[in-house]
Amino acid sequence: MTPIQRKIARHKSLDRFFAFEGLTVMIVALLVLLALVGQLMFDGLTRLSWQFLTSFPSRFPAQAGIVSAWVGTILVMLVTALAAIPLGVGAAIYLEEYAPNNWATELIEINIANLAGVPSIVYGLMALGLLVYQFHLGQSFLTAGLTLGMLILPMVIIATREAIRSVPPYVREAAYALGATKWQTVRDHVVPYSMGSILTGMILALSRAVGETAPLITVGALSFIAFLPHPPWQEAFPFVSFEWLFDPFTVMPIQMFNWVSRPQEEFHVNAAAAGLILLAMTLAMNAVAIVIRARFRKRIHW
Amino acid sequence: MEANVVEMPVEQKAVCMSRPSRFAPRLQERAIERLLQLAAFASVAITFGIVGVLAYESVLFFQEVSIADFLTDRQWTPLFADAHYGILPLVSGTLVTTLVALLVAIPMGSLIAIYLSEYASRKVRECVKPALELLSAVPTVVYGYFALLFVTPALQHIWPGLPGFNMLSAGLVIGFMIVPYVSSVSEDAMRAVPTYLREGAFALGATRMQTALRVVFPSALSGITAAYVLGVSRAIGETMVVAIAAGMQPTLTLNPLEPAATMTAYIVQVSLGDVPHGSVGYRTIFATGLMLLSMTLLFNIAGHVLKKRYRQVY
Amino acid sequence: MKTMDASQTVLKAEARALNFFYGQAQALHAVSLPVYDRCVTALIGPSGCGKTTYLRCLNRMHDLYPGNRYEGEVMLYPDRVNIVGPEVDPIEVRMRIGMVFQKPNPFPKSIYENVAYGLRIRNLSNKRDLDAVVERALREAALWGEVKDRLQASAMNLSGGQQQRLCIARALATSPELLLFDEPTSALDPTATSRIEELVAELKQKVAIVMVTHNMQQAARISDYTAFMYEGRVVEYDRTETIFTNPSVKLTEDYITGRFG
Ligand SMILES: Nc1ncnc2c1ncn2[C@@H]1O[C@H](COP(=O)(O)OP(=O)(O)OP(=O)(O)O)[C@@H](O)[C@H]1O
Ligand SMILES: [Mg+2]
Repeated sequence: MTPIQRKIARHKSLDRFFAFEGLTVMIVALLVLLALVGQLMFDGLTRLSWQFLTSFPSRFPAQAGIVSAWVGTILVMLVTALAAIPLGVGAAIYLEEYAPNNWATELIEINIANLAGVPSIVYGLMALGLLVYQFHLGQSFLTAGLTLGMLILPMVIIATREAIRSVPPYVREAAYALGATKWQTVRDHVVPYSMGSILTGMILALSRAVGETAPLITVGALSFIAFLPHPPWQEAFPFVSFEWLFDPFTVMPIQMFNWVSRPQEEFHVNAAAAGLILLAMTLAMNAVAIVIRARFRKRIHW
Repeated sequence: MEANVVEMPVEQKAVCMSRPSRFAPRLQERAIERLLQLAAFASVAITFGIVGVLAYESVLFFQEVSIADFLTDRQWTPLFADAHYGILPLVSGTLVTTLVALLVAIPMGSLIAIYLSEYASRKVRECVKPALELLSAVPTVVYGYFALLFVTPALQHIWPGLPGFNMLSAGLVIGFMIVPYVSSVSEDAMRAVPTYLREGAFALGATRMQTALRVVFPSALSGITAAYVLGVSRAIGETMVVAIAAGMQPTLTLNPLEPAATMTAYIVQVSLGDVPHGSVGYRTIFATGLMLLSMTLLFNIAGHVLKKRYRQVY
Repeated sequence: MKTMDASQTVLKAEARALNFFYGQAQALHAVSLPVYDRCVTALIGPSGCGKTTYLRCLNRMHDLYPGNRYEGEVMLYPDRVNIVGPEVDPIEVRMRIGMVFQKPNPFPKSIYENVAYGLRIRNLSNKRDLDAVVERALREAALWGEVKDRLQASAMNLSGGQQQRLCIARALATSPELLLFDEPTSALDPTATSRIEELVAELKQKVAIVMVTHNMQQAARISDYTAFMYEGRVVEYDRTETIFTNPSVKLTEDYITGRFG
């Protein structure tokens, strides 16, 4: 072998080694994910039962369940979605379609980028100081939902802006050329055509909120709630009731945290089971997001 | 030209002028724009809320505790009879777990990014990326469980003396958790490097590794820095993993094998107890939060500066 | 200019000393150009000379982007309103003036909804009226026969030529007084092109048309008046026969005979 051939051979084997390295690291990362899911299943699968899903927390691990937790998660998510989605979509529409090129717009943009990097527990502190003690909303579903709503607002705005931006300008021009106003163009074209990506972004943001724990601990989630909140309906007119908004709350990750941090092993089993359900919730939301994205993409392609 | 112009009589004006008064729709348009603008300013209001609450409570806190004590005292025992308010133990806890996390996430994330952008086929990429994203979709409390009940026992096989709560396993798990943030943002940056730069290197006989390390990586450094900063922010602010697996005991130590509380874990600990509203103990969490936010901000600004420095124009 | 018979000289619009600025950059310099009713006015000239810019002044498209500025006036007849005047609502202008773009740009909705959209935003919602207008517009755009059985199908599945005719139908549905075409056939094959050309010849019976084209033959075939533009100015404007057979400016002749551009 000539020296140059030797050199090439050495480079080539280095190259292969490097590729191998990359592949290995990737597999390690995926194995960690696998180990995590495996461990949860190993510990918690046997605990999953109808009783577990329909029981309140209890001092006795075998009798404890997560009914107040999953009901709480659903209700908190309802408030979160109602707070974050209109605000976030509205803000995104404003920034993409309306905002003039001035310092105020710049301020909003920088602000959103920075908010996205604020640690989630800081939102909890803000909610504690502002919502709980300043606005006296109490340590309630309303406070929890608003806290998470503020937390995911930047995500919603960023995802929606990206979605809106993918609608090509010539479609907007087509609408304007027919005499449509800005709002008509947005309402009839821009938003419907980017609905797939907007929905995907919403669901991903909500799936992040489902797993959030720290800010809710800060605003004062209870982990031992042995009753359900007031029902959101009532017998008499107007048939919907908002009393539940001011009830004390718990959510799935709080319940799981409570069980993990106890010394008894039986509670760890409960934690694993709750973790499995929590994981299933977030993964299901991610899956739904992927399906929605794929479907809309098939329907509208530019 | 004016001479031979014949104008149509005005009565024949076209039909589409039939639209009623434009006044009402105009008003509606303006109202909608105002509403949307309000929504956009809501995000600014949130920032004011955050800064306002933290600043307000911290000012009250620092009326009772001197800033010098806060920054230099080596003990953090605000809820004890002999109260000390030195933030250093909490900062050290945060720094150690963050550092461990970065030691995992940055090499792994960068290697994965290089592999996906330079080596992997489209098909592999399209399968692996969503799978990696799942790593960041897992709720952090589940990661906490994993750190405490899987990673720590596993590490105890290697170091039999390892305490049940320790910063090492918390840091490692946070590291895995933020790998997808680092890898996906870096990969985007590397894929944005134009092909002709790569072709230039290949034409000189460089292997893919050489091209990746000497051409693509440096060209994408600006975006990669952003990825690292994102990772750092996540690691500093991570709460549940450390609260569950690293312990709640403020200890001034740089040894990752020891248990220690981070700033975030301390906030959780106080929130779980029943410290009366308005007491110094209550205000400590806001002072801690302010410190946490400042550190995150500092890293973000540093990242921004680096990002600008490395920006390349193709 | 030669005298013309009266039927051809009803003025529909007229730019008078129109300047246009993209921010600081002036793209049109003192453009003065009449547009006659029931005639096709062709705009020709080398790339970047301001044809599109002028066309988009006529329906205030430039107002969509910040920093753009008009100077001078564009009178719309018969009501003698200066449509680039700041007091005039651009939406009002666009309601009266239709536009067809270079690249077919149907909405990703059904064929029916594409044509009906202009009527919906004019508050027409009666199903029977809508049906009637959609059919009329599709017939006028010579598309009715091809799509009458699948009005609810997505417009995105039509061929390029059909999409462009759909865009024409969409513009026609609102009975515009003036129709603007920006190189409507440049993205189409020869067959689709000749169909659009036939269509334009039909449409000019009813409406004034301004059309940008890069195709000299096309301009010669279908237009009644031609303006040759160069670097943001109108170099020559006349009847099409005159421009193509006996131009009075050397530059025009050079361009038409393919010596530059
Ligand atoms: N949005 C814009 N901002 C700034 N300058 C522009 C913009 N659009 C066009 N211009 C400039 O204005 C001049 C006229 O452009 P215009 O698009 O009107 O040319 P055109 O005659 O339609 O060319 P073509 O035949 O290529 O379509 C060009 O110099 C162009 O660079
Ligand atoms: Mg053009």
